Amino acid sequence: MATRIFISRDAAAQALGADETAVALQVAAQAAGRSVSITRVGSRGMVWLEPLVEIEHDGQRIAYGPVTAQQVPALLAAGLLDAAPHALRLGRVEDIPYFAKQERLTFARVGITDPVSVDDYLAHGGYLGLKRALTLSGAAIVQEVTDSGLRGRGGAAFPTGIKWKTVLDQQADQKYIVCNADEGDSGTFSDRMLMEGDPLCLVEGMTIAGVAVGATQGYIYLRCEYPHAEHALREAIAAARARGFLGRDVCGSGKAFELEVRMGAGAYICGEETSLLESLEGKRAEVRFRPPLPAIKGLFGKPTVINNVISLASLPVILERGAAFYRDFGMGRSRGTLPIQLAGNIKRGGLVEKAFGVTLRELLYDFGGGSASGRPIRAVQVGGPLGAYIPETDFDTPLDYEAFTAIGALVGHGGIVAFDDTVDMARMARYAMEFCALESCGKCTPCRIGSTRGVEVIDRIVQGKDREANVALLQDLCNTMLSGSLCGLGGMTPFPVTSALKHFPADFSPQN
Amino acid sequence: MSELDDPHAQAIDTAIASLSGLPGALLPILHAVQAKLGYIPPAGVGRIADALNLSRAEVHGVISFYHYFRHKAPGKHVLQVCRAEACQAMQGEKTEAHAKQRLSADYGSTSPDGQFTLEAAYCLGNCAAAPTVMVDEKLYGRVTPERLDEVLAEWRHR
Repeated sequence: MATRIFISRDAAAQALGADETAVALQVAAQAAGRSVSITRVGSRGMVWLEPLVEIEHDGQRIAYGPVTAQQVPALLAAGLLDAAPHALRLGRVEDIPYFAKQERLTFARVGITDPVSVDDYLAHGGYLGLKRALTLSGAAIVQEVTDSGLRGRGGAAFPTGIKWKTVLDQQADQKYIVCNADEGDSGTFSDRMLMEGDPLCLVEGMTIAGVAVGATQGYIYLRCEYPHAEHALREAIAAARARGFLGRDVCGSGKAFELEVRMGAGAYICGEETSLLESLEGKRAEVRFRPPLPAIKGLFGKPTVINNVISLASLPVILERGAAFYRDFGMGRSRGTLPIQLAGNIKRGGLVEKAFGVTLRELLYDFGGGSASGRPIRAVQVGGPLGAYIPETDFDTPLDYEAFTAIGALVGHGGIVAFDDTVDMARMARYAMEFCALESCGKCTPCRIGSTRGVEVIDRIVQGKDREANVALLQDLCNTMLSGSLCGLGGMTPFPVTSALKHFPADFSPQN
Repeated sequence: MSELDDPHAQAIDTAIASLSGLPGALLPILHAVQAKLGYIPPAGVGRIADALNLSRAEVHGVISFYHYFRHKAPGKHVLQVCRAEACQAMQGEKTEAHAKQRLSADYGSTSPDGQFTLEAAYCLGNCAAAPTVMVDEKLYGRVTPERLDEVLAEWRHR
């Protein structure tokens, strides 16, 4: 019988040579006269171990990693296919502490199943959430989501059930479900990993949303920087449709739901929901005034649920296991789990799904193993380019929306970018303004003009020109952007700037 | 404005014929044209505008809003270098500077040999193995300047 081998097809694994490793294994096994069957799966999220090779042995998956193509012949000779001991042998994935200490609800199947196989999905609990949802009324599904405590995982943390209730209550000839898959924040990749590793989970989640609020058409707005996710989603949607999980009559329920992938075109602003809707309508992605809320007048003027990938992909487990099961994870008003991404200068980068409440320090050191460079971690940025820079003194803050707000930071989409002590924080502050200038949609003045002026003021401060007056001017400018911008881009760019200035003032001097 | 040659006009007409019925069809059409031609010929803007009952200014406004859409032909390959924070934390700016120097090109321009168009990217989603670059649709992680030389050599005559 063929030995089963599992290797990730995730973009991050491919970026470290997973394709080449898979080819080398096939070739070497053939040369050795061994029959193997290689399944390309999602990534387990331990990026530092990619390319990770898992061998099925006595019903267990034994992992080896990282395995480059060059190492394959020697590994095979050492008994890789029989799960023999080797320096790269890691044992069962489930026993690796990084993995064992996680609470994988949304990512339960990622790395285990063939992402685009409906059979595999069904064999691992797929579509049980939708099956239950189809026995409930729309109002009951919305109540279940409200009771779960799920808050928008894209960053705004708005209660998902409340958003849905508004859409449910609208009378309209057409409603839409839109998935915000424009994951533009640096340091975040959980949406990408989910879409590549378990796209059917997103498809199921969107179908549940459609059934709940009475929407028959869904769109996944995906950033064009994610070609691997695009391929996985298109394959998954076609497979689901072929099996009657999408279409005019979802699972014989008489309810219709269709799904289409639409590609973005390299505009960070499209992560903001109203500009995303403009883009879907074929326009320049300029932010809309609110009200009206998208839940009342959204895509093409119709009531629209717009949620992030992870929010939608958390629905199957909530519907399958019930609101209480999900709500029992977490702390305070932050319920459930968050797929956290460890990125930047970190030794063991990757994806960690944990209940809210885990501290930054645990994440950075227990999971992350400290910096990749071996130098002290000086600062972390949480929540993307609009997130505050957090100094070491705040590393004991638990991941919780309210606790982060209390220290002037945000959890956002759960991306954590670590910097070692060689980082120049004035440079990072300047970059935040530069990025805002580059990505501003141009609709409101504080963002469009303020960001450019911000770069200039920071340059003057760093050059030591009239320092005190210019620092005061920068604070003033940040206040204007904070309160005068139409959306989060201009309104939150001040967070990284003022936090860098507050915690690392020495970096903003000519001597630095 | 220069005239469209036949293959270009045909590519645009094919995209329009298959996609103009979609709600919000402009971005899908622009994507289809760029996928086929590598860019969106300015001379074709009027054709797209007519098909969607838009003004040329509106179509031009959309093309110029999005970083991804190009109005001139790229080199044989497109090299995207990530400039975002996670890559900066791993000395991505060295990789950036090296790319510019090796290709004698800045962002948005093409190397003199026509092989690579250099583009800045703001996160390629590979932040746990930074710095990251992407050549066409192939992603590379932990790309130091030395590694970038290997990557470029691999693609140069593909």
